[in-house]
Amino acid sequence: MDSPDPSLTRRALGGLGLAAAALAATAAPVIGVRRAAAATKAPSGPPIKVGVLHSLSGTMAISETTLKDVMLMLIAEQNRKGGLLGRPLEAVVVDPASNWPLFAEKARALLAQDKCAAVFGCWTSVSRKSVLPVFEELNGILFYPVQYEGQECSRNVFYTGAAPNQQAIPAVDYLMREEGVKRWVLAGTDYVYPRTTNQILEAYLKAKGVTPADIMINYTPFGHSDWQNIVAQIKAFGSAGKKTAVVSTINGDANVPFYKELGNQGLKATDIPVVAFSVGEEELAGMDTKPLVGHLAAWNYFMSVDTAENKSFIKAWHEFIKNPKRTTNDPMEAHFVGFNMWVKAVEKAASTDHDAVIDAMIGISVPNLSGGYSAMMPNHHITKPVLIGEIQGDGQFNIVSQTPGLVVAQEWSPYVAETKDLIGDWRAPLSCGNFNVKTGKCGGAAK
Amino acid sequence: MAPFVARVLLLLALLYPAAARAQADDPYAAFATHDYEAMRAAIETLSISGDARAPAILSALQAGQLRVGEDGTLYLRAADGSLREALSGAAAAGVDAAALKEVRMNNAVRRALDGALGGLRLFAADPATRAAAAEAVFKGRDQAALPALDRAFAKETDAGVKSVMAQAHAALILAGGTAGESDKLAAIAVLRARGDLEASSLLASLAGQPAAVTSAARDALTAIQRQRQLWDIAQSVFYGLSLGSVLLLAAAGLAITFGVMGVINMAHGEMVMLGAYTTFVVQEAMRAYAPGLLGASLFVAVPAAFLVAGAVGIAIERGLIRFLYGRPLETLLATWGLSLILQQGVRSIFGPSNRDVSTPAWMSGAFPLGGLTITANRLTIIVFAALVFAVLMLALRRTALGLRMRAVTQNRFMAAAMGIRTPWIDALTFGLGSGVAGIAGVALSQIDNVSPNLGQSYIIDSFMVVVFGGVGNLWGTALGALTLGIVNKFLEPVAGAVLGKIAVLVLLIVFIQRRPRGMFPLKGRAVEA
Repeated sequence: MDSPDPSLTRRALGGLGLAAAALAATAAPVIGVRRAAAATKAPSGPPIKVGVLHSLSGTMAISETTLKDVMLMLIAEQNRKGGLLGRPLEAVVVDPASNWPLFAEKARALLAQDKCAAVFGCWTSVSRKSVLPVFEELNGILFYPVQYEGQECSRNVFYTGAAPNQQAIPAVDYLMREEGVKRWVLAGTDYVYPRTTNQILEAYLKAKGVTPADIMINYTPFGHSDWQNIVAQIKAFGSAGKKTAVVSTINGDANVPFYKELGNQGLKATDIPVVAFSVGEEELAGMDTKPLVGHLAAWNYFMSVDTAENKSFIKAWHEFIKNPKRTTNDPMEAHFVGFNMWVKAVEKAASTDHDAVIDAMIGISVPNLSGGYSAMMPNHHITKPVLIGEIQGDGQFNIVSQTPGLVVAQEWSPYVAETKDLIGDWRAPLSCGNFNVKTGKCGGAAK
Repeated sequence: MAPFVARVLLLLALLYPAAARAQADDPYAAFATHDYEAMRAAIETLSISGDARAPAILSALQAGQLRVGEDGTLYLRAADGSLREALSGAAAAGVDAAALKEVRMNNAVRRALDGALGGLRLFAADPATRAAAAEAVFKGRDQAALPALDRAFAKETDAGVKSVMAQAHAALILAGGTAGESDKLAAIAVLRARGDLEASSLLASLAGQPAAVTSAARDALTAIQRQRQLWDIAQSVFYGLSLGSVLLLAAAGLAITFGVMGVINMAHGEMVMLGAYTTFVVQEAMRAYAPGLLGASLFVAVPAAFLVAGAVGIAIERGLIRFLYGRPLETLLATWGLSLILQQGVRSIFGPSNRDVSTPAWMSGAFPLGGLTITANRLTIIVFAALVFAVLMLALRRTALGLRMRAVTQNRFMAAAMGIRTPWIDALTFGLGSGVAGIAGVALSQIDNVSPNLGQSYIIDSFMVVVFGGVGNLWGTALGALTLGIVNKFLEPVAGAVLGKIAVLVLLIVFIQRRPRGMFPLKGRAVEA
């Protein structure tokens, strides 16, 4: 069960659609300010505001509430350590209620009214696309913690989740190498992330010599719950005498009935493995994972990572949330890395001024939880290790493969014709998110 | 620095031919490493080594009961949690069970293990185990199992097991390169008779065979595929029935509250959700107080969900809806708001994450019926939906309460004049509809997420079914649900899930245009009133 939630009343209001933007400023709970008794030096002066833009109600609440909690934990920890630049940090929590236009409204309030030094938020790509113009117009800073489809590089966004080459492509490589997969089912929910990822994967597989007849692409609506004939179709597709695997970009609630149907129809990981990009510890917590043992997921972090940093993070999380059963997951680690990077950049710039911090961010390197350092690259993406895990009976992942080094993100996919010549580099003098190396011009694809 | 050490070890393991090394001295040592390649080689060695300890250790590995200590000693964990040293068989006294780690595998190891255990279990006492073992050999196609398989086949007395063994034999003959042409042709005939996806997968993978074998394989494949097309139609009907029964369960309650009473209840989906959460609570309570009865938890959950959702339904009717009779728009808005309050309430109490409702053993898995695959949970839900519908019909047609409900909904003033307390009947009718929705929640908890959003995904479908079937007619609701389910399942493979759903909606709109009162409109004066 959840810990008592300070923003409970506002969550209910948000759910009713009554929470107007104006409420955010007045009703936002002030959590960050703590009299840090045990700290080295008590922070003083006006607080530095940190925006937390995650849905606390609606369909995405299942995933995003945890990220709000982890931000509150990180901010409280920083305040115990003496705050930032000697000033306390204050979390400004708003609830965009899984409503994409409301994301933009709330983002505007966070930047224009609260003057947040940085905002940590969004989960779905559509919510990120919704707030992007606001952050660019008001020159804000957004940390986006979720694995996504790439094909974007904004000066005002720091992408701490994985780009496709930091998750999808290594997973496909693993299946080709270790399982000898020759036939591919690309199954996804019908929206921007799966469509773009599958476009990249399809081009990648074809470049690797897979024929179109050996690729099956299937899209389903959000929250699809009846998977009987799709699973049967996958089974039939997998009986052509070649090793078959499913690459799943199925999102959110649709996963539970999908995996239940896989288990019931007896589709085992040893026959047709499913590798998922949106299924983590949190999603597995609502499932009996015994029939799913051996199915795979690709992430940059698993709760089962065996490092001292991870153990102390899990311990801190359990103490903060007061529930030793709660899981940790990849986007939480991304916020951990992003927040520490931002703290370092503010210290380096000795100011919270957006332009100074944006410039200071590039090149910052902080420890991640998988045993190593992640660095912020000029394309505003971070370097990450890629881990492949197999689902275990206890709902955790057994890491079966890890890239030997860190992988640098390709923000523009080299496997898509329109974007293969683009690079993002926000260092002066280039300072461009979509520089075309063929034409030598900033501004996207050559016509 | 444990990860550093682990990485150095991994590097060392990669540098040396680990598989060969593990085989050279002690194959069991491989299980203490994280080197999956070595483990796979060790399993293959053990499966033909004849070592008496191998079956127990490999079985424990498959069941996740093999543990390894810091020093690399292997332990077998019994069902009661006691530990035994795997190699010496001595009881492990004074070993801290918490410090031991489970031996982990990857898919390649798991596949090798399935094949190896298949070979070892061919002589088991239980015919079901023997059949499963032969099936594992069929899938694993490990040539090393051939001699054991032939010995087992010669000894086998059970006709069913014998035929699976013959199929496994055929698979090994075809996959191996040494058998003669006539043997292979016979093997193809066996696979053709088996006629399922596994058989066609094997036939399709044949390469580099003599011309006669290749053409026989191609013929067999075509024959299997033609036969499967017919079965596929039957399978789609089953899928459609299954989806229809889910829709029927979700819509049956609404057929009463909306269909009979005329209340547009947007919180109907939340009654379904409350039923699902009741199942969760019942299971948690039984896990804590009566773990032995967990398999029967659903039988407790059904009445519990009916009472919980029914009670909430009566409370909603008394507290909200009775003030809004005859004002459909206000009812719609009020119940919609209520649905959001209920969702957020559940989210605050149980948390936003999905809850794990376990499926009893008798409801999991699938069994073949001819060329069909019948999943146990879907079949149970079809039967359950039929039962709920029959009980509901009986309650409305054969009981005094049902008579009064029909009287009140047909002519409220006449019923009141006859001495029926109409407000109470209203509350009970609404409670009945909500209770049935709660029962639907128990069934849905077995196939869908138990999350605060559960109800939302069914509310639109439920209204669709009731309007399509004909408002006020329970038979219409049943037929409407089954029709929509079957149409959906035939459209889905052709058009895809997204387009299929759109196509169903378009067809429905066209149908409602032609027949605004649905498939089975109510007739008579009561309708006009």
